[in-house]
Amino acid sequence: MVSNSISEALNTLCAGLILISAFGMVATRQVQGVLRFFVVQSFLLAVSSGVLGFNRNSVHLWTLAAITIVTKVIAIPWVLRRLLPGDYYERREIAQAVNIPASLLLALLLTILSEFLVAPIAAATNDTVIRVNLPIGLAGVLIGAYSLMARREAIPQLIGILAMENGAFFAGIAIAPELPIIAELAVAVDVVLIVVVVGLLTRTIHKTLGTTEAASLSKLKEETPLWR
Amino acid sequence: MIQTALYNLLQILFVLAFAPLYAGVLARLKEIIQSKRGPSILQPYRDIFKLFHKDEFVSEQATWIFRVTPYLVFVTPIFVTILIPVLTDYPLAFAFMGDMLAGGFFLGIAGFFAALAAVDAANPYGPMGASRTRMVGFLAEPVFMIVFFTVSFVAQSTIPYIVQQRWVINIGAFFSPAHILLLIAFLMLILAEGGRIPVDNPSGHFELAMIDESKGLEYSGRGAALMKWGGQMKFLVLACIFLNVLVAPWGLAHGTGIAAVVVAVPAILFKVLLFAMLLVAIETSLAKLRLFRISEFLGAAFIISVAAMVTSIFPGG
Repeated sequence: MVSNSISEALNTLCAGLILISAFGMVATRQVQGVLRFFVVQSFLLAVSSGVLGFNRNSVHLWTLAAITIVTKVIAIPWVLRRLLPGDYYERREIAQAVNIPASLLLALLLTILSEFLVAPIAAATNDTVIRVNLPIGLAGVLIGAYSLMARREAIPQLIGILAMENGAFFAGIAIAPELPIIAELAVAVDVVLIVVVVGLLTRTIHKTLGTTEAASLSKLKEETPLWR
Repeated sequence: MIQTALYNLLQILFVLAFAPLYAGVLARLKEIIQSKRGPSILQPYRDIFKLFHKDEFVSEQATWIFRVTPYLVFVTPIFVTILIPVLTDYPLAFAFMGDMLAGGFFLGIAGFFAALAAVDAANPYGPMGASRTRMVGFLAEPVFMIVFFTVSFVAQSTIPYIVQQRWVINIGAFFSPAHILLLIAFLMLILAEGGRIPVDNPSGHFELAMIDESKGLEYSGRGAALMKWGGQMKFLVLACIFLNVLVAPWGLAHGTGIAAVVVAVPAILFKVLLFAMLLVAIETSLAKLRLFRISEFLGAAFIISVAAMVTSIFPGG
């Protein structure tokens, strides 16, 4: 059982770091920083699901780890980099509806909320993996949803959706290690398609308007185009 | 009792002797990474020696606060040293005189008097630096508090020796999310309190941008030497708390013989060297934050520490 306790320790380590990278995605101003934290989070998710695959002897979790590495760590950042010009990533301040300290406090409240919500379920089981992964996965989902609302730029909003999915997977690998591979594959393909579509759309908007701020897009009207 | 008191003395000697070396190694490592040669690692010793042999000059307007402060700044890290594990993993003679909170108070007194002395000398840059240090200080305070709360929730004690036994030795607890979050919050705190780069530039000599450095501007001779030495000791003590209590208690002397304690010295030095490498990596990969971004940096530390506390209270932490 020594290897099991090591794999559980690694999983909890990943859990802590995943929560920190979720906070990081809320706290950073640059699009590049958000993207980097997302890649780190996805990598940690892959590590944790690989380790749990070893722990629970499940091929599905290994497949999930491989799919996560291929899509979220390699493909999505690459696609996003290719679709949008470099200055988009290097620009410093990205627009936000709520400022960053307030956002961080809200992210903290969401974490407390998810711990509170999961506590009765976690108390019912003795499985340490579930007790660790469930609240942090839920916190990941909620923080991702929050950054989807608070961010005003297209790409960070997209990353918010993907972070939500990371959180859902992190909770899922603990409670459903035998998730059918077909579901995982469907999600993987789905995610890449979403990224390509949103990326292409953003690229076109960026080209014609010079901005991708979602807030200013509401001013788009047929009769008086902004770009004239 | 006499033996452990002797070891306590050894710990103090260790901190006194190696604090300048630690500062020197940090400076040298940083210069090497920036592909310069840098000063010798013994330079801080030479600086302190030189300053002790120079005349001291005190402004006529300065009050007793200005004269007392260097001694306080020099003595408080020593008091903290007798409370924390520096060389041994079993409690020494004075370990139960105070907990981690007492250590925080000691360092707080030194910081308070240093800020007062900077205002006292009426050098235009002194009060500016003092007010900035206080700003960093009051932002760091809640993080300190929450870190202590978390530690006491998990270990049911804030005596450093007991925390180290209950928490870090147990490998399952070591990797728990609460512990990882707490480590990162405490590391951010050390960067802020020690005046390291994302918050303050320790090697900068531009008065308008100074935070920590400007408090010592008015001191000369022995006062400057004591301020410098005290600052270096404070930083080494913080590193010892971080390493020996919270992260890696390995290498501490376990046996009660004098040989075990002496063998622990190079082991601890090696650990501190690794920590210095980590610090240098952080310092060279980050830029100094603008003054009003510091609140965000410490705000993030606060959020992380509260998250640590929350995950430690609920099951699974």
